[in-house]
Amino acid sequence: MSELLEMLDMPFFRRALAAAALIGFTNGFVSGFVLLRRSSLALSALSHTLLPGIVVVVLITGVLNQAGAFMGALLASLVVGFGSIAVTRHTRLPHSTALAIFYTAAVALGVVMIPYAHTSQDLEQWLFGTIQTMGDADLKVFFGIACFTLMSSTLFMRPLLLTLFEPNVASVQGVSVRWMNYLLYALMIFALMASFQAVGPILSIGLLVVPGAIVSLFTNDTKWLFWGGGIVGCVGAVMAVIISIPLNIPTGPAIVLVLGALFLIAYIFVTSRKFRGNASF
Amino acid sequence: MSSCKHTHTDGQAHELRVEHLEVAYRHNTVLEDINLTTHCGSSLALVGPNGAGKSTLLKSIAALIKPRQGRVTWSGEDNVKCRGGEFAYLPQHDEVNWDFPITVRGVVEMGRYSQLGPWRKFTEKDDLAVEQALDLMEMNGELAKRQISELSGGQKQRAFIARAVAQEAHLLLLDEPFTGLDREHTANLTRLLRKLTMENRLVIASHHDINTLADIFDQVLLLNRRVIAFGDCEDTLTEENLSLTFQNTTHV
Repeated sequence: MSELLEMLDMPFFRRALAAAALIGFTNGFVSGFVLLRRSSLALSALSHTLLPGIVVVVLITGVLNQAGAFMGALLASLVVGFGSIAVTRHTRLPHSTALAIFYTAAVALGVVMIPYAHTSQDLEQWLFGTIQTMGDADLKVFFGIACFTLMSSTLFMRPLLLTLFEPNVASVQGVSVRWMNYLLYALMIFALMASFQAVGPILSIGLLVVPGAIVSLFTNDTKWLFWGGGIVGCVGAVMAVIISIPLNIPTGPAIVLVLGALFLIAYIFVTSRKFRGNASF
Repeated sequence: MSSCKHTHTDGQAHELRVEHLEVAYRHNTVLEDINLTTHCGSSLALVGPNGAGKSTLLKSIAALIKPRQGRVTWSGEDNVKCRGGEFAYLPQHDEVNWDFPITVRGVVEMGRYSQLGPWRKFTEKDDLAVEQALDLMEMNGELAKRQISELSGGQKQRAFIARAVAQEAHLLLLDEPFTGLDREHTANLTRLLRKLTMENRLVIASHHDINTLADIFDQVLLLNRRVIAFGDCEDTLTEENLSLTFQNTTHV
């Protein structure tokens, strides 16, 4: 306990905690939408695509900063996202197949280009997450993303849920399904950008899927998915930061491991309760 | 939310007009030169073989599909403007996300959102509408608290019909509303559709069972990509019209 208090004196640790809380909450909140949209696989593909996007920006501009990384990641995810949609529209291939073709090709391209990007030192850090080296500017960005997520999803919760449940009925009820889909896409991309910095592209999808999945084991009430997911994500990420430093394990993987462990506990709890319930009949 | 008037201020029945409607998916023409005029206070069945375009016609009226040609109007207004309040739509089940963590009651409450919009609060009046819709479909009590995937096919259907009823819409577009219902609930839904028609609403539904048509609906539109016949049930349901509609298909 005293060790923890000592660590709290260190600015880098305080910043890591704040970043973990913000990113964990945002991702946990949005994970409810990911679950309802049944788009875990597609997002996983997009998260891998962020890497080549960033490499391309480094190749062109020669530097790696947050704005550049954001633009590159966004560009790559747009190319892969819309490319795969176009292929699906003009062929009989399912969207998941088209997406797999695009994103593996993009990742392969990124890997081939890494040696040519001169700031390869920084790139490695981007690969595994940079939560221990967060600056104040980073925290402001995460705070902004958290605010945008909370405000837009609270304002449009009804039309969002209607769209996710059944888009045709939603449309007849007066919801602009197209705009709600854009909003969902924006929410997911922003959350992905935040978790990407915290845990890296390969693991980022974990933060954006596991919290909502944990909460969904316990509730039939849609609104709990979001706030519950936010709290689980926040607590999980903060716990991971606290234990990763004394245990000397990388923080990014620690976050996903803690969330995975929480899911396992929740799963065992729920299924054993069900078995006990059946046995008593 | 919509510019259409819900009440009959001018004392005249609202008119639904479909004019020269043509719908195509890519190069495949599904509906050709559809014309029909009907008004609230009636119930209309869409009848035809598989692939005749019944669902497509319902979706076109609901403004879910943009026609290649022609238009649909509701009391003189373009149908796109009538969404949110005026229309209710019952989809076929394959388009619903059954894993959604929502109860039957929650689904029916969603029906109220077209009146409430994104922000207005749920009031007693909305509660009452939800309660009544659940009662009408016999989905109240324990059933109302179930997660929707824990329902049978017929119960799912009833939950969705209750959602459409809770909307208190003027025009109800129902895609195969009798699918999966047992004898008792078929009779119940028949009574409900009659009641909705009596309340001066317009009901348009695709339907398969030709034997029960005249008991449920006033009007029928025989459809096979184009309109084969349209009118009151007794005049329209002739041997000749039916064989024209179902020609080239083995099952009538």
